[in-house]
Amino acid sequence: MNPESLPAQVRRAWAVAKKDIRIYYFKGPVLIFGVFMPVFLFLAFYMGGRDLPLSFLIPGLIGMTLFFSATAVSPAIFPWEGSAKTLERLASCPISIEAIVLGDMVASALFGIGITLVTVLIGVGAGLPVLHVGILLVALLLGACCFSAIGTLLAVPPTNVPSNIMMLSSLLKFPLVFISGIFVPLAQMPPWGVSLAAFSPLTYFCDLTRYCFSGANFFPVIVDIGLLALFSVIFSAATMYLHRRTMPRRL
Amino acid sequence: MTEVISAQDLVKTFGRNRAVDGVSFTVSEGEIFGFLGPNGAGKTTTTRMLTGVIPPDAGTATVLGHDIRKKPVLAKQGFGVVPETSNAYTDLSAWQNMMLMGELYGLPRALAEERSSDLLETVGLIEKKDQKVQTFSKGMKQRLILAMALVHDPRVLFLDEPTGGLDVQSTQMILSLLRNKNREGITIFLTTHNMEEANRLCHRVAIIRRGKIVAIDAPEKLKMAIDRVHRIEVSFDREVPGEDLGKVSGVTAVNRTGDKYQLDVLARDAAIRSLVSFAVSHNLQIVTLNTLAPTLDDAFLRLTQESGP
Repeated sequence: MNPESLPAQVRRAWAVAKKDIRIYYFKGPVLIFGVFMPVFLFLAFYMGGRDLPLSFLIPGLIGMTLFFSATAVSPAIFPWEGSAKTLERLASCPISIEAIVLGDMVASALFGIGITLVTVLIGVGAGLPVLHVGILLVALLLGACCFSAIGTLLAVPPTNVPSNIMMLSSLLKFPLVFISGIFVPLAQMPPWGVSLAAFSPLTYFCDLTRYCFSGANFFPVIVDIGLLALFSVIFSAATMYLHRRTMPRRL
Repeated sequence: MTEVISAQDLVKTFGRNRAVDGVSFTVSEGEIFGFLGPNGAGKTTTTRMLTGVIPPDAGTATVLGHDIRKKPVLAKQGFGVVPETSNAYTDLSAWQNMMLMGELYGLPRALAEERSSDLLETVGLIEKKDQKVQTFSKGMKQRLILAMALVHDPRVLFLDEPTGGLDVQSTQMILSLLRNKNREGITIFLTTHNMEEANRLCHRVAIIRRGKIVAIDAPEKLKMAIDRVHRIEVSFDREVPGEDLGKVSGVTAVNRTGDKYQLDVLARDAAIRSLVSFAVSHNLQIVTLNTLAPTLDDAFLRLTQESGP
């Protein structure tokens, strides 16, 4: 098989993803930012005394879980590998930078999907049925791809200090959570709030999950899916292009 | 002989420092090519450009006929790299690292397993194949890196200081493996500080200084080229005045070192004949008679100290 061909590069990307899964899933910062952070944020919100129905809370928790978990692994990999010199190992192997980035994104997306499915099961266990299973799975897949691409994009600055990237990542992630209709329903937001929310892919994911659990949605489902897919493509293309430019400065 | 590595006017600048300044050379198939130079001369930067880790600012590099910038994947498929710093994944076991390399080079699983077993056996790590690399010593890590670089049976192997700071056992194991692989046809590009290693291993060496190549030749030719005055060491069974030796035909200088004399001579053969005649005529017995060729160390020091601006 020609090593430059797409199937060959996809197989090598999968090798990178498997390596990431073995190494990074249980790293402290990944668990803190990917698992504990959304749980504690949700608990703080839940215990705040607001009388909101489960059909609003659970989709919000699912949105936060996927967003935090899918963006927890990918920003850390490049700086970690840069400082451990293992990125140089990958750079001297017959794998394109795009395939390395794809591998990191796949590992990150799978982490997000795995953790989020637990949250979905908690919701179902709490007595909230899933009304549209197929759409929920599509939403999870697209959301995981989109958020993992955002995570990889956050790792573009060529620093090899993981904590720098984690700080930058928190700086961008928290505002997105607050403008995306997780804590305040889009229907209750002022027009400027809705306009702002429209720029966040998390908005469309949360709208889709609410539709899947309660049948209520703010944007049409097709718009939610279409925009999530568009965001995924744009962020993936951007992260691959930018990593190609900055990776030599990491090495 | 087929050219397998070619560098043409490679340039790399970091800030205001021109680390590599127009480096050009070729390496033929089956050669062991040594790349020598003092610290900061541009050896590692050149190697990293040749292996596609960093892009050159100017110039071209081809490996196995593929331009490393235009066809990086095809070029990298044909070579293995042993970098200066061990860069195996320390959170993975030796076996997992080997399998990862197999997958990154597109090897079928069964073939990767077979080669990994053989290579780990060769480098003496088969017993520890399931241990995480973070528990390995420096020598074990370096042997693992070499095994990882060979798993896809490359035609070219780049090594950057492969034995730096290693114990004698690991060093001998690595050098022996390199010799065997070269006999099997692998071309080796070796960056090293170790003159003895380069002298014993390399068919040709290039010496780089301040980013420029100052000499490329076989080690023996380089040694001879640096000094036209040859040296002979001699001692006799009894004391001989140095002034008498100075009068022997062809001897240009006499230095006493312990119970021996080191003589600078114009031509070794003529000087040895004259010394034998001198011993016979003075009824002396020659105890030792050695010709002292310049070492690669001498050549390296001379070339790196004198040829710069």
